[in-house]
Amino acid sequence: MTEKTEQKPPIIEVRALTKSFGSQQVLTGINLDVYEGEIMVVMGGSGCGKSTLLRHLIGSIVPDKGSIKLFNREISTMSEPELNDVRKRFGILFQSGALINSMTVGDNVALPIREHTALDERTIEIMVKIKLELVNLREHADKMPAQLSGGMKKRAGLARAIALDPQILFYDEPSAGLDPVTSAEIDQLIIDLTRKLNVTSVVVTHEMDSAFTIADRMCMLDKGIILKVDTRREFELLRESSVEKLSNQRDQLIRQFLRGDAEGPLTRCKEKSNYEEDLLERV
Amino acid sequence: MTDQKNNSNNIVKNIIRRDDVVILQIVGEIDMHSSTELRGELLEISQNPPAQTIINMSEVDFMDSSGVAVLIEALQLHRRNSSQLKLVGINQRVRSIFEISRLDTIFEIYDSEDEAISA
Ligand SMILES: Nc1ncnc2c1ncn2[C@@H]1O[C@H](COP(=O)(O)OP(=O)(O)OP(=O)(O)O)[C@@H](O)[C@H]1O
Ligand SMILES: [Mg+2]
Repeated sequence: MTEKTEQKPPIIEVRALTKSFGSQQVLTGINLDVYEGEIMVVMGGSGCGKSTLLRHLIGSIVPDKGSIKLFNREISTMSEPELNDVRKRFGILFQSGALINSMTVGDNVALPIREHTALDERTIEIMVKIKLELVNLREHADKMPAQLSGGMKKRAGLARAIALDPQILFYDEPSAGLDPVTSAEIDQLIIDLTRKLNVTSVVVTHEMDSAFTIADRMCMLDKGIILKVDTRREFELLRESSVEKLSNQRDQLIRQFLRGDAEGPLTRCKEKSNYEEDLLERV
Repeated sequence: MTDQKNNSNNIVKNIIRRDDVVILQIVGEIDMHSSTELRGELLEISQNPPAQTIINMSEVDFMDSSGVAVLIEALQLHRRNSSQLKLVGINQRVRSIFEISRLDTIFEIYDSEDEAISA
């Protein structure tokens, strides 16, 4: 799939993206292309900038430097109305699910349709049923979010994210906090939406099993820098290779992350951090 | 009822009433804007439903979930009147939206109008 789609211009194009919060540089010179119909998985340790990158892609953070194009349009300089027009074409599943607590599950899913279209209520009602069936929540349409489990909230959030049949779906930790079965269901749903509807997906995840199940291509972030963007196969090979065969530290580090090993360059990096100085300076 | 319709979105290309059959030919992209027009047409047909309505979709390149929803509503109305709604000429792209919504079995789908009428 990737070989074929790479001929076309990317549906998401990030160039030299740099962002600091105060004195902390969170993203440094990020370059990333995502092609139509593929699943791009973004991996990396906690705090490395994954969510921040995602929030740039959906136009909720403006970069200090660099360019972000969606559907071949620069979004980092767009006005709010222009951005809203682009927002109709993508869906987002946030880390928390982000449902509106005062509304039923059904109304949460209907909300973007009511906001962005002039469709008849009868049509909306059927659409909501279709979306909820997709995530196995149709029987729970009349419940309030507070009456749902964590996994159900995630699925309701996904139903809402696909309410307007988006062309791009952004997921931030879709399987975090879910049981293995529900998490596998979400993985399958991401794959189905992508394959059957040609949706493009960008998925931030820590879960390596999930990452290797769904990804067409993968991207490894570390401290705001992209270490590697490549096909799932290349990452699989790296994960399975023996340390002795890897000449550079970057590959060793990625391998350690992919395998979830406790020993390796990742941990050695941490040991060399400024922990001691920090403690002693303040005394 | 006219044989040829010229609407703003041009979703309805042709509508033929003969005996107990209405054949509605729709074209182009059935999306969140144009599905409203399709709905209007189908509600009109459903008010005085024939024994069977056949929707020829062979020139529909794309349909989203609002289009599916409109077809479901028409199917409900037809069933309520004990009349049949049949779909013809669905391409793979359109079939996918039915499949992912698990609705590919709820509709009667045929390859040609003749096949649909005689089924
Ligand atoms: N709005 C903000 N203001 C200041 N600092 C921020 C802000 N958002 C993120 N950061 C900082 O940027 C860094 C990257 O955060 P980010 O949320 O992108 O990490 P992450 O890779 O998504 O981590 P996790 O896997 O834990 O979700 C962190 O150090 C965080 O404290
Ligand atoms: Mg995060």
